[in-house]
Amino acid sequence: MGAQDDLPDLLGDCVHCGFCLPTCPTYVLWGEEMDSPRGRIHLMQQHADGEPLSGPMVEHFDRCLGCMACVPACPSGVQYDRLIEMTRADVEREHPRPLQERLIREAIFRLFPYRRRLRALRGPLRAYQRTGLDRLVRRTGVLERLSPSLAAMERLTPPLGRTPRLPGRVTARGTRRATVGMLTGCVQGEFFPGVNAATARVLALEGCDVVIPRGQGCCGALSLHSGREEEARAFARRTVETFESADVVVVNAAGCGSAMKDYRTLLADDPAWARRADALAARTRDLAEFLVELGPRAERRPLPITVAYHDACHLAHAQGVRDQPRALLEGVPDLTLREIADPEICCGSAGTYNLLQPEAAGALGDRKAESVAATGAELLVAANPGCTLQITTALRRRGADLAVAHTAEVLDASLRGLGRAALLGHDSSPTGA
Amino acid sequence: MDSELRTLALRLEALLGSDRVVTDPVRLRTYDCDGLANHRATPGIVVLPGSAEQVAAIVRACVAAGVPYVARGSGTGLSGGALPRADGVLIVTARMRRIVELDVPNRRAVVEPGVINLDVSRAARPHGLYFAPDPSSQQICSVGGNVAENSGGAHCLKYGFTAHHVLACEIVTPDGELVELAAGDPGYDLLGVFVGAEGTLGVTTKITVRLTRLPETVRTLLAAFGSVEAGGAAVSAIIAAGVVPAAIEMMDALSIEAAEAAVRCSYPPGAGAVLIVELDGPGPEVAAQFADVERMCRDAGAFEVRVAAGDAERALIWKGRKSAFAAVGRISPAYLVQDGVIPRTALPRVLARIDELSAESGVRVANVFHAGDGNLHPLVLFDDAEEGAAERAETVSGAILDLCIEHGGSITGEHGVGVDKARYMPRMFSDTDLDTMQMVRCGFDPAGLCNPGKVFPTPRLCGEVPGFRKGPHPFEGKADIF
Repeated sequence: MGAQDDLPDLLGDCVHCGFCLPTCPTYVLWGEEMDSPRGRIHLMQQHADGEPLSGPMVEHFDRCLGCMACVPACPSGVQYDRLIEMTRADVEREHPRPLQERLIREAIFRLFPYRRRLRALRGPLRAYQRTGLDRLVRRTGVLERLSPSLAAMERLTPPLGRTPRLPGRVTARGTRRATVGMLTGCVQGEFFPGVNAATARVLALEGCDVVIPRGQGCCGALSLHSGREEEARAFARRTVETFESADVVVVNAAGCGSAMKDYRTLLADDPAWARRADALAARTRDLAEFLVELGPRAERRPLPITVAYHDACHLAHAQGVRDQPRALLEGVPDLTLREIADPEICCGSAGTYNLLQPEAAGALGDRKAESVAATGAELLVAANPGCTLQITTALRRRGADLAVAHTAEVLDASLRGLGRAALLGHDSSPTGA
Repeated sequence: MDSELRTLALRLEALLGSDRVVTDPVRLRTYDCDGLANHRATPGIVVLPGSAEQVAAIVRACVAAGVPYVARGSGTGLSGGALPRADGVLIVTARMRRIVELDVPNRRAVVEPGVINLDVSRAARPHGLYFAPDPSSQQICSVGGNVAENSGGAHCLKYGFTAHHVLACEIVTPDGELVELAAGDPGYDLLGVFVGAEGTLGVTTKITVRLTRLPETVRTLLAAFGSVEAGGAAVSAIIAAGVVPAAIEMMDALSIEAAEAAVRCSYPPGAGAVLIVELDGPGPEVAAQFADVERMCRDAGAFEVRVAAGDAERALIWKGRKSAFAAVGRISPAYLVQDGVIPRTALPRVLARIDELSAESGVRVANVFHAGDGNLHPLVLFDDAEEGAAERAETVSGAILDLCIEHGGSITGEHGVGVDKARYMPRMFSDTDLDTMQMVRCGFDPAGLCNPGKVFPTPRLCGEVPGFRKGPHPFEGKADIF
């Protein structure tokens, strides 16, 4: 991203102290230097010094979740986020991948960033789930043998319900305090439509006019975090254009918010777009971040429920949003907030990671599920669709069926006085539109 | 890889499974240094054992092949103690990270060597206990590494070094035998010899550590002074008054600048030095002494004294100090972390002389100290892209150690000698001293395969008569082996 000439300078920032190691999910799993940020930086340095991108090198870059936990942990200010993005772009340019891997990657990047394609899949997927074919496939393990990535994709698919259609504009309740644009996201929009509906309602109840542009597409997060820079830039330009007139763009998916705040670097070398990208990045807010800045106005009704809050990496590490969601949850009367042990360690979802590195992702999912279960909470709250899918799947593997919700859904239930049953009743989307 | 190592690699794969043996050159290179990056060597083979038995099997295989081996934990050491050997095996204990037992009534924990220092305290804290040694790298350094280097930390002024908190070690001797050394054993204190031997006498595979009761009260203050001398005067006053703080740490202006850039610790602006004083113990005692300490700081010229109101504020005060080494990376492309000891009273004279050295050479020096016990950590800054800068920094760094010795101190307080300071050993010890130490080493490791090339400037052959070295040293001309 940006000028590749920065790379040697950025690599030089690392003083090899190792403070990043305990925050790195793959180091925690395997205890290997080359699967730690410090080791990966060493590999990047080797590549910068002329070592060609070999199979083993790429393997260790691919195994990085891009969770960014190492970035705030680094006392020397190493910009690992930029380093791994540049490296991934190098890999995409220079390193030919085996056919099967190429096909899987193409399939992922031609599917997930496109809502219409995801929507087209919903029908067959619902039929697949309703006929019980899903259980049969899982029992036989046929998909696992065919492709672990496809099997992971199958496992992660949430139970699908109806998708309510959001209006183009939702009017503020009471005196208007702000007008905000809302990003609906790809996976969020298709797999967790209830989250978007709840987000729009909460914003409106808090006095915001919510504008939901119809033609919005993918923000480019998946592509950006996988080294597909050109694709990411194209998505970014379109998103900048869509939201150009909004005072604030509220995003309820951590990965998307983080990518949009990165637009300034992504489009920095494009004179026609740099300024516009920068302006949009500056106006982008995570939902929790925005609601705390705005301050609570609507009445919170009691929700006697014990929740565990999960820090999504792209919210906590990439955007530094840790306190705001907790503050919002604690602002709900009678709600008890529990902390999950090792909150900084990624759940293994990490964008496309759980599809491309199913084994490592599974192990991290199991660790997270264990920590979540240990809290004894009745409800898991997370602010990223990927995390929700990943942790629910891991919990199900343990035989636990914990209810999950987005921060927006908890607030929605409290503001509308729906009571705890609304959150605990269903698996993912407790409230229709 | 030469054929000898290739054969050994196959043998190790047969013993441990291929997922525990690294032979790919690109991967091996990532292990080429520990926390001290100016000494590098790519290991011949890296192994990642999962049990004491596997470590013993590795050592036996190395001995049978006559191949040297080095143990490494998290790779955060600052003296190159875990610098690998190109012709040898690097035994990485990062996968041996089980806390085997937490014996709360007896206040002990049994841990594997790869367990992270802070994880011991995390596990013990719910029971009102913790593991006292707290090196700045405690969030990642391994207990095995702490044992090898006899690591200290900010709180060792009151609580002592790792040696004071290790009750027993299970080790693999250089013969490949698993034995236990315990503090209470009658006869020679072999555990005392082993802890701090920098991995030259065997590989630790299990450690029984002492857990300390969490203090009833902890109070921390940050005092800002116009100069390091004023801060030093406060330290002397506090110690002279008979107060034993849990920690007294000092940072000078340059290291404050670095910490500020790294972690925004918001130390008082314009300070020439800050002093962090922490008192712990029973509530009334701490309260009384804390008031005295505050007064003594002001008497010595502190222009601002901040008292941490709670754990969050205390953590922020410490964050600046604990990240100081790595934070210097923000204000300088490269640096050397020095570690020397002086008598506390010599502090002003030594610091003035370090300033002169810095001015004469044009090499910037940032200072961080464990002021309570006279342990200095000068950080010598340089730009590695500039020709000759590294050498100039090295010269200043060496001169600082000379200064420590001149004032009756030592060339290392807690980082160890490793490979980095082996050459300074003769400045502190006579040939006879060094020969005597090497005889101890030979007693454990006659073949000289266990972390060779560390601690001593010139290796000696076991069986050689000390002090009567005539003619060429048996290993002369083979220096690259040792």
